[in-house]
Amino acid sequence: MIFAIEKRGAPSKTFAFTATVLSVLVALAVAGLLLLAAGVNPLAAYRDIVVESLGSLYGLSETLVKTTPLLFTGLAVSLAFRMQIWNIGAEGQLYMGACGASYIALFSGIENHLLMITTMFLAAALFGGCWGGVAGFLRARLRVNEVIVTLLMNYIAILWVDYLIYGPWRDPKGFNFPLTAQFSEAARLSEYFDTRLHSGFFLGLLLALLLYVFMERTIWGYEIKVIGSNPAAARYAGMKTGAAIFLVMFLSGAIAGIAGFSEVAGLQNRLQHGISPGYGYTAIIIAWLAKRSAIGVVIVSFLMGVLLVGGDSLQLIWQLPVAFVYAFQGLILFFLLGSDFFVRYRVRFRRKAA
Amino acid sequence: MQPLLQIQRIRKTFPGVIALDEVSFDVAPGEIHTLLGENGAGKSTLMNVLTGLYRPDSGGMMFAGQPVNFSSPRGSLACGIGMVHQHFMLVPAHTVFENILMALTDLPRLFNLDRLKERIRKVLEEFGLEIDLDEPVWKLSIGAQQWIELIKLLMRDCRLLILDEPTAVLTPQEAERLFLFLQQLKSQGKSIIFISHKMREVMEISDRVTILKKGRAVTTLQRGDFDENLLASLMIGDDRIPVWDKVSAATDNLVLEIKGLAVRNDRGLADLDNFNLDLRQGEILGIAGIAGNGQKALAEVLTGLRDASAGRISACGVDITNSSARSSYIAGIAHIPEDRKSIGIAPDMTVDDNLIMKSFKRPAFRRWMFQDRKAIVANAREKIDRFAIKAGPVGTPIRLLSGGNIQKVIIARELSEKPAVLVALYPTRGLDIGSAEYVHKVMVDGCRNGMSSLLISEDLDELLKLSDRIAVMFRGRLIGYVDPANTSREEIGLMMAGEARK
Repeated sequence: MIFAIEKRGAPSKTFAFTATVLSVLVALAVAGLLLLAAGVNPLAAYRDIVVESLGSLYGLSETLVKTTPLLFTGLAVSLAFRMQIWNIGAEGQLYMGACGASYIALFSGIENHLLMITTMFLAAALFGGCWGGVAGFLRARLRVNEVIVTLLMNYIAILWVDYLIYGPWRDPKGFNFPLTAQFSEAARLSEYFDTRLHSGFFLGLLLALLLYVFMERTIWGYEIKVIGSNPAAARYAGMKTGAAIFLVMFLSGAIAGIAGFSEVAGLQNRLQHGISPGYGYTAIIIAWLAKRSAIGVVIVSFLMGVLLVGGDSLQLIWQLPVAFVYAFQGLILFFLLGSDFFVRYRVRFRRKAA
Repeated sequence: MQPLLQIQRIRKTFPGVIALDEVSFDVAPGEIHTLLGENGAGKSTLMNVLTGLYRPDSGGMMFAGQPVNFSSPRGSLACGIGMVHQHFMLVPAHTVFENILMALTDLPRLFNLDRLKERIRKVLEEFGLEIDLDEPVWKLSIGAQQWIELIKLLMRDCRLLILDEPTAVLTPQEAERLFLFLQQLKSQGKSIIFISHKMREVMEISDRVTILKKGRAVTTLQRGDFDENLLASLMIGDDRIPVWDKVSAATDNLVLEIKGLAVRNDRGLADLDNFNLDLRQGEILGIAGIAGNGQKALAEVLTGLRDASAGRISACGVDITNSSARSSYIAGIAHIPEDRKSIGIAPDMTVDDNLIMKSFKRPAFRRWMFQDRKAIVANAREKIDRFAIKAGPVGTPIRLLSGGNIQKVIIARELSEKPAVLVALYPTRGLDIGSAEYVHKVMVDGCRNGMSSLLISEDLDELLKLSDRIAVMFRGRLIGYVDPANTSREEIGLMMAGEARK
């Protein structure tokens, strides 16, 4: 028995949708076996995930809170993907953005709320943009692989933030905890419905819409798509590919930087250790699953938010270890990515030719 | 005699297109069987089915009396069916030697490099080829790359060779050599499927001809039963070939003057060396030469893809060699590139989007920063109609189009800009007669409206028919000009081989 892998001509939308739904069901079935082994009724557990993450105002708001940073970083990564640039550094750009926003919040002394928020926003975009722009510049000018540069610059950014909060920016009244002082009221995003949901989420939605229009309707989006599809043809058509690579990496970094702004100004109200549990890395998976579409990023980020909040509730309600939650999330992603493969390719089994 | 290959009622559809409709034909041992047909008639698709790249929807194949069903080119190669594709299947970053090695199946785990190289060199010598085995493939001309593809098939024992428009990239002399070689293979009992558009070649080499038209096999004719006119009318059917007389529109105004131009490649060797040329307004200047004698470098330096290392290019008296004025000047140059698929198109994007690749910033296609989708679609509809492009359903990525249709998209895009100068490399390579005629007509019409054309081609018929003057290149230099009205194929052929005109 041998098998061959063949590319499908043009997979239909219904087929792709069915495959995705099916893969989630299979993932749930396999995870259900794990749950059974742990002595938990899978159906009850799944009901809890849905109820906890979507079934109440509090649950839904928590889900959207988790969705917010994923939305920004997912958009950042997918923008670069459109040009076949692999931005693995959304995590570091998020940290640098948070650093920029915090700098303004802590040291600018601005008292006007709107002015403060706008300045923080711009600082975050600038810091994140420069962080991404370095990789873009090196790629455009010296053909340095952006995957390596963005990945390694994550560690620099994370350790830089650690240095700040353990050192010069540490709150003197903070009992030696590694965090900065709380931001003033002027530097906090408004919250809604008495929950932790803050305006960063709506900013994310707006940005998704803007990026969608940018990519699908503007001449710059067109240029990015041509460069992504065939850089040689773009050069031949007179496009400045180097400048475009730098600008897209800058923009991508800036959007990831805004995720950092949204986290510190909307949620944590200070800069502290571990502000992101890996949103920038999850963003890579989100961009992949969303097929690089801005609207897709919104949907996938939300589903990831459900997984994160639902996973937390499994720990609380069923006393499952955190490792189980990771395994559960991993299974879902594994089957989703797997279905993506089967949508693009088909596998044929046949008897070995005589 | 039992046929070596029998193809029975093969049907293959792509989304929205019936590429092959119940096609049957057969190939006898020791036969050169030509497949003739326009672009999109299904020749390449049929060959891709035969070699296992595509699976047919229905129908079957018999090879050497056995029913076969290939799911990959590996299967067909193992049976002894080898193909030289129009777009070569080489690894550009690897050396010639490594590419040939890849084709060898009988390699032991441990092999003696020198002995293998000796074996390959022997084959090279047999056919009088000068190719450096340690050169990376991407540095070679397209003509040389084709020989590597052929050598790959020679190194394994293929009983059926498929050549997809092999002469499109060869000079007349090289093509002659190829034909001699094919006859030699034929006398050894090998079968050859030959795909071509060029009637003269088809007449010269074919034992039988099968004509494909719109995915159907129209008829198969024995040698002696066909002549050029019959084949042409069967292939084109009722489509009329436009007839037109060329009236020279050349003036005395110099639009482009090249003096002592040198362009070095990344090996530091001169692709162009002390090259001189002048182009007048409204003329079609043909550039004849064997592939790899600097034509590509000339086109690239003129269109801004490469820089000159010495010499001067002036346009209407202004020096544009390396100045900033160059970029704006280059914007007025249309370029039909040699290698369409690698630099001519954005493969994943639609035909509509590819048609505006050079003009997307024009006011006609945008409102402020937004693209004017309606205008883009309308532009595409008009071009698709005018150039008879088979573009498939709306939204089809251009990579799914046939080679000829891709070329039509590029030409439609380049010529619609009303350029001052057109640099066309092999613009009709791989096009069917109808489309080629149309391209010629568009070029001549453009020149009547003041456009000047640099027509780089290896098809002497095309050059003689269109050019006001023909410049012959050899090893990066200009050998001389000839007047197409007072020359012969032999004279140009000699000049292409480097003999200066007496």
